Parts: sequence; structure tokens; C-alpha cells
Amino acid sequence: MHPIRKKRLTIVLFLLAGIGVAVGLTTYALRQNINLFYDPSQIAAGEAPHDVRIRAGGMVEKGSVVRDPESLKVRFRVTDFQSSVPVEYTGILPDLFAEGQGVVAMGKLDAGGSFVADQVLAKHDENYMPPEVAESLKKTADGQPVANGAAQSASY
Amino acid sequence: MFPELGQIALILALLLAVLLSVVPLVGSLTGREQLQAFARPLASGMFVFIAMAFGLLVHAFLTDDFSVAYVANNSNSLLPWFYKFSAVWGGHEGSLLLWILLLSGWTMAVAIFSRRLPAVMISQVLSVMGMISVGFLLFIILTSNPFDRLLPNIPADGADLNPLLQDIGLIMHPPMLYMGYVGFSVAFAFAIAALINGRLDAAWARWSRPWTTVAWAFLSVGIALGSWWAYYELGWGGWWFWDPVENASLLPWLAGTALMHSLAVTEKRGVFKSWTVLLAIIAFSLSLLGTFMVRSGVLTSVHAFASDPERGTFLLMLLAVTVIASLTLYAFRAPVVHVRSRYGSLGREIFLLLNNVLLVSATLLVGIGTLYPLVLDYLDMGKLSIGEPFFNTTFTPLAIATGLLLGAGIFSRWKKTDGGWLGRKLLWPLAISVVVTTAVVIGYGGFKPWAFAGVFTAVWVAVATLWDLNDKSRSRKGRLHGLKRQSRSYWGMVLGHLGLAMTIAGVTVVSNYGIERDVRMSPGDVATVGDYQFAFRAMGQRQGQNYTSQYGTFDVMKGGERIAVLHPEKRQYSVGMRVMTEADIDAGLSRDIFVAIGEHISDGAWAIRLQYKPLIRWLWLGAVVMAIGGFFAISDRRYRIRENSEETAGETRGARLPVKGSAEAVS
Repeated sequence: MHPIRKKRLTIVLFLLAGIGVAVGLTTYALRQNINLFYDPSQIAAGEAPHDVRIRAGGMVEKGSVVRDPESLKVRFRVTDFQSSVPVEYTGILPDLFAEGQGVVAMGKLDAGGSFVADQVLAKHDENYMPPEVAESLKKTADGQPVANGAAQSASY
Repeated sequence: MFPELGQIALILALLLAVLLSVVPLVGSLTGREQLQAFARPLASGMFVFIAMAFGLLVHAFLTDDFSVAYVANNSNSLLPWFYKFSAVWGGHEGSLLLWILLLSGWTMAVAIFSRRLPAVMISQVLSVMGMISVGFLLFIILTSNPFDRLLPNIPADGADLNPLLQDIGLIMHPPMLYMGYVGFSVAFAFAIAALINGRLDAAWARWSRPWTTVAWAFLSVGIALGSWWAYYELGWGGWWFWDPVENASLLPWLAGTALMHSLAVTEKRGVFKSWTVLLAIIAFSLSLLGTFMVRSGVLTSVHAFASDPERGTFLLMLLAVTVIASLTLYAFRAPVVHVRSRYGSLGREIFLLLNNVLLVSATLLVGIGTLYPLVLDYLDMGKLSIGEPFFNTTFTPLAIATGLLLGAGIFSRWKKTDGGWLGRKLLWPLAISVVVTTAVVIGYGGFKPWAFAGVFTAVWVAVATLWDLNDKSRSRKGRLHGLKRQSRSYWGMVLGHLGLAMTIAGVTVVSNYGIERDVRMSPGDVATVGDYQFAFRAMGQRQGQNYTSQYGTFDVMKGGERIAVLHPEKRQYSVGMRVMTEADIDAGLSRDIFVAIGEHISDGAWAIRLQYKPLIRWLWLGAVVMAIGGFFAISDRRYRIRENSEETAGETRGARLPVKGSAEAVS
């Protein structure tokens, strides 16, 4: 083969190999690390998979936060004013975590239907509502006028 | 009245920007020199008016003018003056004004420092910068005016600056980051100008290089500052979260790093021209994309002030116009590649090409991971997020490969390197690196494959760089003479690569050997983390200027000896009643000891986070060293004014002096 063509071929092969490796790594890593968002109603309806890392979000139900007296374990319920899901978490909660506030938790659903979180996010601003939570609240509110009333009464 | 003046100044700046983007360009295309001569005065005028607007906004903040809506929303009379000052860019409108101020500053700098350039080139470059200014000035004036008034209901006091932002990190992080973002506009403008007049040559690459390097250096420091700030101010000791906002700044950095290296090849060897131009366009487009993502409200984070859809749309349009226009121009004007490739299989060109392939792959990966969820969400195809493991598993191998290639590439020669020679050359550095890495990994307490790979990469880069320095500085007149003989740009490269090695070392060691423990503690309790004991002595209270604080007292002990007393705090700000965690850190070159207080659990017990972070400072210091390298590189003699033009400059100065003297005598 002509030396210049050979060189071009090498470069092209290099590029293709690089792109191939990148694409392979990406799809592999993507498949492992996509975390889908579910709201409490979907989880209660059994739409969310068990033992797969997902995100769940909603409002922290008033009066539901229970601390373990011995460790950093904490239990609370996350609600969209339709259904609620029990959440278990061990660790430090963010400063803006409070009852009646919106949160997003990352973790897995266990066999008993409670959500074991390894991360709880309440973002940097007290006026902030995680967009997923805002939308799912809106959805439940739009769909069922009853829920709308519930949302209002809950946000007294 | 001052705020109205500010608004008028912005409008005048917009008019000048419109003129700047049209007049010199027309002049350069029609060959009329008197039109081209407008470029510099217009650039200066635009800068003056924008600086005036910025100054007036600063004035409004320092004098607590709460009739200005932006001031009322982002400041408070209780703030110390320096936070009032930094609050200028603590919100959406002001940070855009800072953006445009820096853009006009860069434009002005180009006008000043490019006297050696042909008039046609400089007028086109300044025109392109003018076009970018038009876009952003329009954006500010139409959608985000910082001078809007709250009349007649002037609030008695401001709503306060978000306590997270009341910090030295915020004073410095945005200006540095923006200097980088905006700085890539210069490389972009040079690329567009080169495409317009078809002059893609070594001279063009040489002109672009220092500007790209400076922008890159600022961006490196800006990113490092952001990471450092997140580490101590967000409270929990994480320094990189692969958050879309962080990625938005990493994308232009990766592309900019690729651009810097590909510009080197274009300047030295005259190849990769089209690729270099494309990279310049990509780097700036990614800067715009970053601005769009952070400022449009598509992402929600501490950075996203605006959720006004109008703003997002405007920025997206701006981004689309820039990308489409420049790529169209590229498609029509990019040189048809005649591969007169005179570089052999292991020439430095090949190593730099691979460097570019890896860096661009990394850019793509980070870009996909960042944008994929946003696009799916926009298309209503479900809400998902891509977790940190995605980035870690894909980015790490690329970073390691880049480092390994770098070590070999340093020894390579332009055109052609003999494989056998290179192999023998690498033998000693390889042996040293293996030994050092093994020692380090054992010293930190155990073999982990990724830790070994990361530390090896860092050591390998450092050893190869120093080995090459040793080779090059060999001189019959002694080592010192040999070192002095090296050019500033060579020193720049050495520092840049050593900085990279430091960052890789820091990242690897802290990720693999750092220890983090969340514990429940009451005063009197002792907890152990690694070799360190933390004794929780007491909780106390104190009053700050605009907050009250509960603080803990921790004795940190190692081997029975007290090495530090730390006071982490829980602050409650009096305006807005926000609660903030202030960690306390015993910082050191070899390790940080970190204590943060979580929430109060019950009867005197608190959730406490204790951390041991080995080598964490290195990852930021590395970025600083890289930036210093960048500044070294641009101070190289070949970028300075040619001697003869220096003489003429001297003559005019000499000629002017007596005139000035006589003017003084007259007055």
C-alpha cells in the first residue's frame, strides 16, 4: 500500500477504535447508571422496580419523621398527597430537610415496599421545589380535585 | 438617578457594539482602511460604557439602594461591604453584567495587545467580538435588566444574599470562571476571522495561542475555586459531584485543553488546521452552552437564579445562532485538506492527535451524561438522572490513558521519532514510576487497582516531565545555565504537566484512601477515624454580624497528642432564617481533617461528619500550578512585540514627551 494511504488508514483506524471504545463504555455505563424518577403514587401502584437504584420524591409528610435513639437512622414518609412511601435513611440529612418540604431520595425499594435511601437531597434554597416533585404534585392535583383539597389543607 | 444612568450606559454600549460588529468588518471586506480604523476606538468605547454600568451597579449595592429590584433581592444593609460588593454577581442579572464586562475587557485587551496584527485581521476579530457583545447586551437589556426599579414601594431592607454565597469563594469563583468562558471568545473570534479571509496559517495559530492559554488558565483556576468552595461551604466535604453545573464548566475546559495542544501543532507544523478551527468553535460554543445551562433555569441548583422561560429561550437562540452561523462558515471556508502529511508514525504530531482524540472523547462523554437527561425530559420521555458512577467509570480510563500517553509524548520529536529509541528512553522513567507508585500505595495502606493506576499515571507524568527537563537542561556551562536557557513556553509546559500530575495524584489518593464517617455524638464522646481521634468537648453559642451560631469544640488527636482544635458551626442567618452548616477544617499539604455538624438529634446528641482527606489540597494546587504554567507560556519572548516595532514605540513616546512637557508649562 502507498505509505501515505497507509498512514491515513492508521489514523482512521485509531479514530474508529477510540470512538468505538468510547461508545462501548458509554452505553455500558449508561445502562448501569440511569436512575429513573418515581413519585409515591407510582411506587404505591407497584410501577417502580424493586432492588434497582431509583429516585423517589415528594413532600416529607408532617409528623412522620422518626429518629432512632441510638444511631443516625431516620424514618419518614414521602407523599404526593395521594399515596405515601416509607423511607429509611442512615446518615446526615441536609440543612433544608424538614417536614412539609420537598425532597428527592436516591435508593432502592426493598421487598417490604419501603424505600431504603442512600442519599437525600433537599436543595439549596428553601423556596426550591425539586422539578420532578413539583410536576408530580401538579399532576395529582390536576387529575383529582379531591387531592387538590388535600394539598391545600396540608399546606396550611 | 444613578441606576437610570447605568441603563443608558448599557444602551450606548449596545449601539457601539452594533457599530463594532458592522463597520470594521465591512471595512475589511471592502478594503477601506478608514473603516477598519474604527475597530479599536469602538472596542474601547464599548468597554468604557459597560464598565460605567458595572460601576453604577456596584455603587447601588454599596450604598444599599433598595429601590433597585436587583439590589433589594440580593443584598441587605447588614452585609459587610465586601459581600455587598460580591453580591453584585450573586444573582442572575448582575452575573450577566459581569460576563459582558469581562467580554468587553477581553475585546479591549485584544485591541491593545494586537498592534502587530494586520489591520484586516484585527478589525475582523474585533467585529466578531462585537457581535457576541451585541447578543449578550441585548439579552441583558431585554430580559435581565439589573437596573429595574421597585418604585414607588421601596423595600426598607433587602432580601439578603443567599448565605451560601457569603464567602470568599464566591468573591473569586465567578470572575475567574467567566474570565475563562469569555476568554475562549477570543480564540473563537480569531478562528472566524481566519475563516472569513482564508488565512489559516502558522501566524494565525501563533496569535490565537496566548489568548487561548490565558483563557484556559483562568478557567482552570475558576473550576478549582468552585470545587474548593463546594468542599468547605456546601458543608459536606465533597469536591466534585458530576453535577450538570460543574460539568458545564468542565466541558469547555476539556475542549480548551484540546485546542491548546492542537494549536501548538498548527503553529509548529502547519497541520491540523481545520481541526483546530473546529475546536476553537466548539470550545466557545461549550462556554455558551455552559452559560445557557446554568443561567436559563433548565437546571436547578445554587447557580440557577432564573426560571424565566423567556431568558432560557433567548440564550438558546443565541447559542443556536452562534453554532449554526460558525459551522456554516466552517463548512464553506475550512481549507480543503491536502494531507501533505510529513509526520511519521511516532512523531509528536501523532501523540498530540491522540491527546486530542482522548480529550474530545472525554468531552463527548461528559456532554452526553449531562445533556441526555435534559433532552429526554424536554421531549417528555421520562425523568431520569445519570449517576456519578457513569462519569467515574467512563472518565477515569480516559484520564489515565491521556496521562500515560503524555509521559511518552514528552520525549517524542516532531515529524518522526524512532520507536526503539523512544522505548529505551522510557525505560528508566517507567522503572522509577513503578517503584514510587508501589511505595506510595503501600504507604497509604493497601493495593487497589484503580488507586495504583491513578497514582502511577500521576507519577509517570511527573517523572517523564522532570526527566525531559533534565535532558534538555544538560549543558557544558553547568546545570544552572542549562535551566536558564529553556524558553518560558517550555517552562509553561513543564508546570502545566506537573500541575496535572498533582491534580491526578490528589484526586486518586483522596478518592481511594479518604475516610468519611457519620456518627452520632454527644459532648464528651470520642470517635476514631483512621489514625485520628476526635473528642467532642462542648457546644457553645456566639453572635456573628448577621447570624447566630451554635458551634462545637472538637479536639483532634493523633497518637495521644492533640494536633488541632476545630469549631464547626451551625449558623442561623437573621434575615430569611436560613440554616447553614459551616465545616471546620484543619488543612495541610498532606491531609485535611474535616468536621461538620449535622442536625441536632435529641438530648444533646448531634449528627457529626468526620473526615480524613489525604492529599486533597493537591487537586486544587495542581490547577493553580497549571494556571501558572499557562502564564509562563504566554510570557514567552516570541509573543512579545518585535524589536523594531518596539523601537518605533519608543520613538513616539520620546517624541510625545516634550509636547507633554510644554503643555504642562503652558497650564
